[in-house]
This record gives sequence, structure tokens and C-alpha cells, in this order.
Amino acid sequence: MSLERDPKTGWLTTGHEWNGLTELNTPLPRLVSLFLALAVLFSVGCWVLMPAWPVGTTYTKGLLGLDDRTELTESVKQATTDRTTWTDQIATRSFAEIEAEPRVMTAVRQTGPVLFGDNCAACHGRDAKGGKGFPDLRTTSWLWGGSPEAIAETIRVGINSAHPESRNSQMPAFGRDQILQRTDIENVVAYVLSLSDPKEKPVVGNAEAGKAVFTANCVVCHGSEAKGTADVGAPNLTDSFWMYGGDGTSIYNTVWGGRQGHMPTWESRLSPVDRKILALYLVDLGKLRP
Amino acid sequence: MFGLHYWLESKTVGFALCIIIVASIGGVVEIAPLFTIHQTVEDSPEMRVYTPLEQAGRNIYVREGCYACHSQMIRTLRDEVERYGPYSLAVESKYDHPMLWGSKRTGPDLARVGGKYSDEWHVAHLVNPRDVVPESVMPAYARLLRNELRTDDLASHLKALRAVGVPYTDDMIANARADAYGQVSPDSPLAEGVSKRYGDATTVRVFDRNPDQLTEMDALVAYLQILGRLTDAAHKSTAQAGE
Repeated sequence: MSLERDPKTGWLTTGHEWNGLTELNTPLPRLVSLFLALAVLFSVGCWVLMPAWPVGTTYTKGLLGLDDRTELTESVKQATTDRTTWTDQIATRSFAEIEAEPRVMTAVRQTGPVLFGDNCAACHGRDAKGGKGFPDLRTTSWLWGGSPEAIAETIRVGINSAHPESRNSQMPAFGRDQILQRTDIENVVAYVLSLSDPKEKPVVGNAEAGKAVFTANCVVCHGSEAKGTADVGAPNLTDSFWMYGGDGTSIYNTVWGGRQGHMPTWESRLSPVDRKILALYLVDLGKLRP
Repeated sequence: MFGLHYWLESKTVGFALCIIIVASIGGVVEIAPLFTIHQTVEDSPEMRVYTPLEQAGRNIYVREGCYACHSQMIRTLRDEVERYGPYSLAVESKYDHPMLWGSKRTGPDLARVGGKYSDEWHVAHLVNPRDVVPESVMPAYARLLRNELRTDDLASHLKALRAVGVPYTDDMIANARADAYGQVSPDSPLAEGVSKRYGDATTVRVFDRNPDQLTEMDALVAYLQILGRLTDAAHKSTAQAGE
């Protein structure tokens, strides 16, 4: 085994020989070595400029002083400043003033759907149509009031939520908790059905008898004319808007088992401006309703 | 120039050792600081551990592979912070074994989902996601509502977690099973034990709307509702940065 110089190429051999064939030790092409050297230089540059090596209980911070979190905070702050041209108007003005300002309302119509999609659409649907247990928000029949102020307050504190000022709505379980007999419930369901649709012929129950049950048990919250009370979130029973279904079986289930719908509080999640935008967006949606 | 290298190449053991040393530099540089540099994991003394019920829910989350489509890591990017809330801190997954940060988002990030939606929504959504989100591609998990939660091994789960550094006390381990029932029975004497051991802020309620049975749905919803709420360190750090 001996290292020789190959006469043809001038490179050294590895010293291995197989049956008369010797292996050349051809070095890397120069270009590759050059790129390798550049890459090493580049990484050394990065070590100097960026946070890099751990040193005991700290690390090299780099000459540029870069930090993900500071950068993020700056960019969020910058974006907030950029938006102040119109968010200031929303923050400081009343709902009526904003609604009268087409330029701000354009911003509301652009931002509203994004905020709604990220936060509200899971329950109320992307088109705000809701579903069983989650109210349709394009309605004119609002449980807690349909003014932008009332809607913004509902968003802030939630319904039956963990917020100390939460709106509280408790429809008792008249059947399960044995407040009413089965026949009384059937009668009151028949009466409630007749309120929104006088032509409705209930399968069971007597609407006439149900009226007395209603007066004794339901008017406290739903009102003597059954038009509902926004203070306690009791729905209007005379219209065609039903959150848990308006057929006999659904209403029976509601009276029997009660309803304690839950809407989370958004006070810690959404800024006051965001909540105002959402309230305005929903009022606006209602106006577009045919 | 390559003389030393040629010499090294001819020494099998020496060369193998050198390869191991060079290859481990990257690992050492990334892993060692976690033990030596204090600021890699923030301090959050008031952070609480998962209750047995939440831990059981976490196990179901892992079992069903939720992490394959949902991450639990809000990165330091403006769009993520504006959509989901404050970026995730290392301390928030201090008691997560294994951590479920993930990087695949077929569904949304869940790091701050706790308290965002109601229990009713979570149950309806897990039973059939299309009922509440028509465009969803998530599978249905209706069976969780029927499956009774296995509680006999909860104490062992907590014990195993204690072995890897989660500060469960003997009291918590001894009462693991009782606390799982207590957390879904607000009016029972068992509920007091949950508040006593895990703090008054611990949510005690019937998560799956079925008060008669402790189901896997109870556990999973309890876990989803605590995500991002074991500590408010992330909210505090953002508030400080904003000043």
C-alpha cells in the first residue's frame, strides 16, 4: 500500500489497489468547497447577529437584538395604530352616530364578518342563522333586546355565563321537577301553540284549560300577553321565532325539562371596539333581512 | 490540509466517537439550555394541575387522535394572536405529558378554546360536527356520550404523572376517583373535595347534560373547557408587553 501520484490527473491515489486498478483521491470540486466555505461564514455571521449559543445560565443575544415576542408586540401595536383612523370613531361615538356615518359602517361591514366568523359562527352559524339551541341572529325577536346597546351588553357579559354580571335566564323544568302534572303541561303546550298559530289543532291537550295554567305559572316571565320580557330573556311566544323548535313535541320538551341556554362572556376575549363592531354588524344584518 | 482527517478515517472507534460528538452538538445546544437557562420556562406559581376528570379527558383527546388535526400552540405571529388570543408560553404546557402542541391544523388551534363556547355546543359538536358547523370535516364522536368513563385507573395515571414531575399530592391521588365524580356532581358532598384540592375556580358542573352518568363526554368537555385556563400567565405577559 503506497500513496502515489496518478500521472494522468496529478491527484494522489488512496493507496488501494484492486487487481491493478488504483483508486484516485479526487478532492471536492472547487465550487462546492467555495459554497461550503460561504455557508460556514454565513452561519458564523448569524451567530454574531442573532440569538444563538447557550452560555451557562444565559445565551448570546446577538448584535441585532432580535426577539420574536418584541417584534410581534410591535407589529400588533403598529396594526392597532393603523386602524385608529376608524376604530377611534367606533370607540368614542354612540351607536346612532356610527350608524349615520357611512364610511365607518363600511369598515364595520368589512370587519364584522371576520370577527363573527372567528368567534360567533361556531354556534350561530357562518350566516348567523343559528340552529337548535343557538338563536338565529337575523331575527327581529331578540330575547335580551335588539338595540345595538343591548346586543353589545349581551356579548360582553354572556348569558348564564361565569361573568359576575351575566344575564341570567332560567326556564324551570316544570315536568322533571314536578311543578306541573303531565296533563297540565299538555294543556299549556296546546295553549302556547295556539298563540303563534290560532289555526293549529294540537294532537293532545286543551288550549282553553292551558290558558289557566299559563296564567298561574308562565306570565311572571313571559308576560300576560305572552310577548316575553327582555329583562329576564323570556321569549315572545306569539311569533314564529323558536330557539328550541316550535312544534308540539319540542315545546313539550322545553316545558318538561326547562331551558338554561348558555352564551359565554366575551369581555376578556374581545376588545370593547370589537364588541361594538359585532353589535353593529348584527343590527345591520337584521336590516338586510327581506 | 486533510492529513488529520485521513488519519482519523483509518481509526474506526475514534472516528465513530468523533461522529457522535459532532452530531450531538445541535441537540446539546437546543436541549441543555432548558435545564440551565431559567427564562426558557416562565414562572407561574399559581398554575394548577389538571383535575383527574380533565386528565382523563386529555387521555381521550390523545386516544382519539385529536392532536392530528388540532394544534395547541399559538405562535408569535400577528394573525394568530389576533385570531386566537395571546401566544402560548412554555409554562402553559408544564404539566402536559406528552405535550400536544402539534403543527397540523386541519381544524382550528385549541390552545385558548376553554370558555370560548358553551358545554352544550361542545357536546352537540362532538356528537355530530355537521349539526352546528355544516362545512366541518371533523369525524363524529357520538359514542363518547354513551361510553362510561373508566375511573378505576385514574389514581395510577396521576401517580405516573407525579413520577415525571407533576406536583400531585398524596391527597389528590388517593381521592382521584372521587374527584372525577365530584366534578360532575355540583350538589354532592364530593364536589367540595374538588374545590378544596384544585381551587375554588375549578369548574364543577355536569358537562354532558346527563347528570345520571359519568361519561367520556364529561371528561373530554371538561378538558376542552380548561384549555388555556390553568394559568393566566400568557394574558399577563401580553398585557405587560402592551404597556
